[in-house]
Amino acid sequence: MHVSITSQTMLPHQYRVQRVRQETPDTFTLELHPMSEASAIRFVPGQFNMLYLFGVGEIPISISGDPRKSPTLVHTTRAVGTVTKAMRGLRKGDILGVRGPYGSHWPIASGVGRDIVIIAGGIGLAPLRPTLYSIVADRDKYGRVILLYGSRTPIDILYRRELESWRSRFDLEIYVTVDRALKSWRGDVGVVTHLISKAPFDKQNCLAMICGPEVMMRFAVMELLKRGVPDDRIYISMERNMKCAIGLCGHCQFGSLFVCKDGPVFPYPGVKDLLSKWEI
Amino acid sequence: MERLEIHDLSALFSVLKQDGYQIIGPTVRESAIVCERIQSVDELPAGVTDIQRPASYRLAERHDNALFGHRLGPQSWKRYLYPPRLQLFQAARTEKGITISPPTNGGAGDLPKYAFVGVRPCELSAIGIQDMVFARGTYVDPHYSAVRARIIVIAVNCTDPGETCFCASMKTGPQTESGYDLALTEVISAGSHLFVAQSGSDVGKELLARLKAAPASAEEIQRAEDLLDRASEKMGRSVDTYRLPELLHANIDHPQWDELDERCLSCGNCTQVCPTCFCSTVEDVTNLDGTEAGRWRKWDSCFTLEFSYIHGGCVRATTKSRYRQWMTHKLASWVDQFGTFGCVGCGRCITWCPVGIDITEEARAIRAQSTLLSTSSKGEM
Repeated sequence: MHVSITSQTMLPHQYRVQRVRQETPDTFTLELHPMSEASAIRFVPGQFNMLYLFGVGEIPISISGDPRKSPTLVHTTRAVGTVTKAMRGLRKGDILGVRGPYGSHWPIASGVGRDIVIIAGGIGLAPLRPTLYSIVADRDKYGRVILLYGSRTPIDILYRRELESWRSRFDLEIYVTVDRALKSWRGDVGVVTHLISKAPFDKQNCLAMICGPEVMMRFAVMELLKRGVPDDRIYISMERNMKCAIGLCGHCQFGSLFVCKDGPVFPYPGVKDLLSKWEI
Repeated sequence: MERLEIHDLSALFSVLKQDGYQIIGPTVRESAIVCERIQSVDELPAGVTDIQRPASYRLAERHDNALFGHRLGPQSWKRYLYPPRLQLFQAARTEKGITISPPTNGGAGDLPKYAFVGVRPCELSAIGIQDMVFARGTYVDPHYSAVRARIIVIAVNCTDPGETCFCASMKTGPQTESGYDLALTEVISAGSHLFVAQSGSDVGKELLARLKAAPASAEEIQRAEDLLDRASEKMGRSVDTYRLPELLHANIDHPQWDELDERCLSCGNCTQVCPTCFCSTVEDVTNLDGTEAGRWRKWDSCFTLEFSYIHGGCVRATTKSRYRQWMTHKLASWVDQFGTFGCVGCGRCITWCPVGIDITEEARAIRAQSTLLSTSSKGEM
């Protein structure tokens, strides 16, 4: 595929902030709308955009909204760096630069007729939420649909209301665990990988999608393999430093892969050898 | 093949200038040979050579008046095709919101037309490698492609490689095979100083026609060939490329990386002098009242700590992991990514490393202490 780009490629499109929602003490969600029809972005679950804040900087953020609600874009971010902290100060009506969408996507189509196992840690739930929207919209096509979600503490649980409403459905199985909690917490405590043995799914005929801290993904994969899930049914989403998102800046290299264009979603066999090494 | 004398070379400069080309060629500046804009043949480093060793570069006088009797200086042609600093866009805050537009100075009309004179075969290969990165992939760097499409390449074959050179083993020299408009071989003997010229494109053919260059004699051509045959033997270093990518991929945990951790200063010099390194970062600048902002692309180095920073820390925190990234990229993952090595054997990283780390020695050490592929047969990849 040859997509020739003009100098426009590194030029962000202007999007207006429609809504800012504080999700947890350190995460927030931006709902954005393109200022011109031409700059509308259609994405597939798992892809990301580069968000540019005037004069401050540009960062890669996964798309966490519903793909069918295009052209509205939803991005959930943790305020941890210069750009994300400044973005937290955005208000309705403010303008943001957006370019994208970039990267590979979750192979949802390959999950048709299979059980779906989604495993998320912390903000890793954000790039997986679009898959839940898509799957729920086409619920009949899939077997069991299971979300295993781990967060640090109960107040760090992302999209809590939405998780509660999904959990109230009889056709979705939502498991939540936290690393630590006060006595008032009645749910599970422990790492998310412990939920894998509890969840009922057809190990031979499932699609597992994982996003979270690298160490959590490694252990989640190990647990799935132990359960007997074939390794080519497991997908993970990687994070690396990115400046261009189009494979030219070199920052996101992961072995021979460019996380921005070969990923961020990888079939596990393709990254197996790299994941087990430090500082790749 | 044609023959050009020094005065023909002057005529070539005039023709190139007439056609609107900026001539970029080797010249002596501040005790080094650099690639700079030059106006005449007089600015070429006549009678100058260089002595290069790990962590050492010194100019020296030659016993003849060769114009291209030197090796590579610290700079490559990369800086002209892929500038160290380039504006990506400019933005302004107005009462109505913000505007984001392409840089005003980036129009095609402003693009320079370069004639690169004195491009060594390894350097020409490096340009070919950067073409793969910037101009042949899914995404294309428009600035690179536009400047690249307008250059003229006058290559000069290497008859006198240096101690840190290893282009022969990387199969990029000492004689150029393609990608040039004209390729010259400098031939000096008692009473004669000439260039045997070979055209490699219609542009090159036309240049020779305009210079009314005379055909080279069979003897002159033979002399040029003899010089090039001997050049490979003069090369100071070599890398065994036999299954090299496989070797490095299989040796991510090799003890040699720990050894390198002790020596490498993580200064990034090797990446700055490398003719193929392409990593960049971006910089946002604003004016004092915050109404105007610009975004610039700048050369970056995988040896910095910030290079791999993501929230929570740096992926490659140790020096050993950064050297491993760089060398494994050059000699292994580059092949997976772009189908060629990312190293052309120019030897700059050896010369300009302040502690004299030698990539050819490191590759040899890894092969020697590896259970895999410790025996090799030369000439295969």
